[in-house]
Amino acid sequence: MEKKLYTITVFSENTVGLLGQITIIFTRRGFNIETLSVSQSALEGIHKFTITLFSDENSVRKVVQQIDKRIDILKAYYNTDDELVYQEIALYKVATDKLLALGSIESWIRDHNTRILEMNENFVVFQKAGHYDETQRFFDELSQTVGVLQFIRSGRVSITKSKVERLSDMLEDIKKYER
Amino acid sequence: METKNKISGGEILMRSLVEEGVDTIFGYPGGAIMPVFDALFDYDKHLNHILTRHEQGAVHAAQGYARVSGKVGVCLVTSGPAATNAITGISDAMLDSTPLVVITGQVVASLLGTDAFQEIDVVGITQPVTKWSYQIRRAEDVAWAVARAFYIARSGRPGPVVLDFAKNAQVQETNFEYKPCTFIRSYIPVPEMKPEQIELAASLINNAKKPYALVGQGVVLGNAEPELKKFLEKADIPAAWTLLGASAMPTDFRLNKGMLGMHGNVAPNMKTNECDVLIAIGMRFDDRVTGDLNTYAKQAKIIHIDIDAAEINKNVTVDAPILGTTKEVLPALTAKIHTAQHSEWIDSFNEYEEKEFEKVILREVFPTSGELTMGEVIHKVSEATNHSAICVTDVGQNQMMGARYFKFSQTRSLITSGGLGTMGFGLPAAIGAKMGAPDRTVCVFSGDGGFQMTIQELGTIMQEQLGIKMIILNNHFLGMVRQWQEMFFDERYSFTEMLNPDFVTIAKGYRIEGTEIRKREELNDAITDMLKDDKPYLLVVNVEKKGMVYPMIPAGTCVTNILLGD
Ligand SMILES: Cc1ncc(C[n+]2csc(CCOP(=O)(O)OP(=O)(O)O)c2C)c(N)n1
Repeated sequence: MEKKLYTITVFSENTVGLLGQITIIFTRRGFNIETLSVSQSALEGIHKFTITLFSDENSVRKVVQQIDKRIDILKAYYNTDDELVYQEIALYKVATDKLLALGSIESWIRDHNTRILEMNENFVVFQKAGHYDETQRFFDELSQTVGVLQFIRSGRVSITKSKVERLSDMLEDIKKYER
Repeated sequence: METKNKISGGEILMRSLVEEGVDTIFGYPGGAIMPVFDALFDYDKHLNHILTRHEQGAVHAAQGYARVSGKVGVCLVTSGPAATNAITGISDAMLDSTPLVVITGQVVASLLGTDAFQEIDVVGITQPVTKWSYQIRRAEDVAWAVARAFYIARSGRPGPVVLDFAKNAQVQETNFEYKPCTFIRSYIPVPEMKPEQIELAASLINNAKKPYALVGQGVVLGNAEPELKKFLEKADIPAAWTLLGASAMPTDFRLNKGMLGMHGNVAPNMKTNECDVLIAIGMRFDDRVTGDLNTYAKQAKIIHIDIDAAEINKNVTVDAPILGTTKEVLPALTAKIHTAQHSEWIDSFNEYEEKEFEKVILREVFPTSGELTMGEVIHKVSEATNHSAICVTDVGQNQMMGARYFKFSQTRSLITSGGLGTMGFGLPAAIGAKMGAPDRTVCVFSGDGGFQMTIQELGTIMQEQLGIKMIILNNHFLGMVRQWQEMFFDERYSFTEMLNPDFVTIAKGYRIEGTEIRKREELNDAITDMLKDDKPYLLVVNVEKKGMVYPMIPAGTCVTNILLGD
């Protein structure tokens, strides 16, 4: 089966040890998580995990079923990139003297749509948000010219484009089971 | 109901267990659970605690209890090494969907994470092998956690739950108020049955010429044995069972065609690849049943009835999934299917049955010369108990022989470790089975290897005077492994031959009566002697050293690749 990047979204109760419960499902099948980010969701007390995984659809479906099955998980589902609005953020630290030696940095900032977060006599920190290939392109260019002292990219955060809000629908739906 | 006085977390646990209808606990005390055992001392009228000789034994006993009674099995053990000893049984219960609540002691909350004496990360270790695992750190949470634990363990697809009980919460005092748990918003135990799924499956069955049903433990867990019978009879559908689906249909039921899988019967495996509609009922297409998935039932339309959505399309891609309990789905489906007759199809099983009888069963079950065989012993014990006993097995050749040759007239009558295949399961599981069904005869068949993995439970049997009939099928080998070595490793018997103790003398040491036989002429009398009263008894039968379990489908090959040993 064809492999590609899938984004898995997991909504959970805010209980201790959930991340462990989710990651062991990947570990068991020998899957590497590409990126992971955890935050509060729009609904109070509910946490949202965004996980990306490079895999085939059959495997992703099984992983999602296994996650969804855990008691404290409210809902888990997966999407491909075309179904999502998604973003990552990256920080780049470069040496100030090397950067200044290039002459003007205005073009850097314009071309890459990046921002400077911090600047002093020793180093400059750029920030850039975008998709993987965009943040990577900027990294490559910096590396080849001035060198990168430190680099970090966040996990993906994403929002679905669909009209259905799966979590709120599910929370509504589950009320019928309440006795 | 709420108490006026504050009581300790330990006592709250006792009261909560009583509220959940618990009357039997299997356990073993130690430092980090002592306040709970102290509370238990005053609850001995409500809660019968069985002191096993090892925590693994406690969990297997609770499993045996749960499997025969349908109730939740309860274990109480201390922290650290006791909790790790319990892991094998917990994992076994997870794979075999057995409802358990296992309570482990834990160091006081202020010491958590400091490598305190006998501290281990129980929640972390048990998460992969439990349905739910939770640490109780405050007395206020005890009743809530127990209620939730029982609800999770017994609802939906059952499974083990661990409550890790910090010692400070055992002694802390608070008010007791018990509210049973009936709803958790992140957990839907029984998915809604969809009429369109029933319609689709019914139309497949109604158009089938060669329908065939595979019966799994889901039928037993759903208490749907009568519903299964009605379903099969209405459309005249032959059925076979998985190891854990054994006894869901009586052995002599007309449509019961035998066991599936690696050592199952020939016809049921062959017919898997001949039927046109395969109806899987509460089973999970385990690899020991399916063999090579690429050649499994490719010609058939597949219907899969299961309570667990994660099982659908996990191993086998199905045409018509039906989510729901067997209790609910089977009658709904029965209502939609036409009365039918499939005599020709059903008769077509005969040829394979005859072949298996001639090539395998005759030699294994009805030998007239040579050494005793496992099959004939099991057959004779089954007969002597009117096929109404509970058959507990250990793991290995004895297990497959037990499943193949014991006959069943009632449900919940084969208690065996299916998914995990845990040697040492048999003896302690028999303890639980006897506690859970005191009026039934309980026979446990074990190999000489497996018996020695939990042999210390003879002490529990002695103390409780449990009338368990223990049969060691002694081949002086780790038989099943030896069989594989003979078949696939050029008869290189690497560490499978065993020098065994005198088992009868060991039993004597535990004041348990026993006898050892090696000749065919001794068998009937020995069985009669064993069954003469309801006291514990150990029968050691020396069987042929190099017996083989046939038929056999070598692991990972096609279900029709059946070796008969001829
Ligand atoms: C705890 C455990 N260890 C090892 C095994 C692997 N194993 C499966 S069957 C078997 C041989 C069992 O020998 P015995 O108990 O004498 O029974 P027999 O097969 O001879 O009936 C072994 C070692 C296992 N299933 N469980």
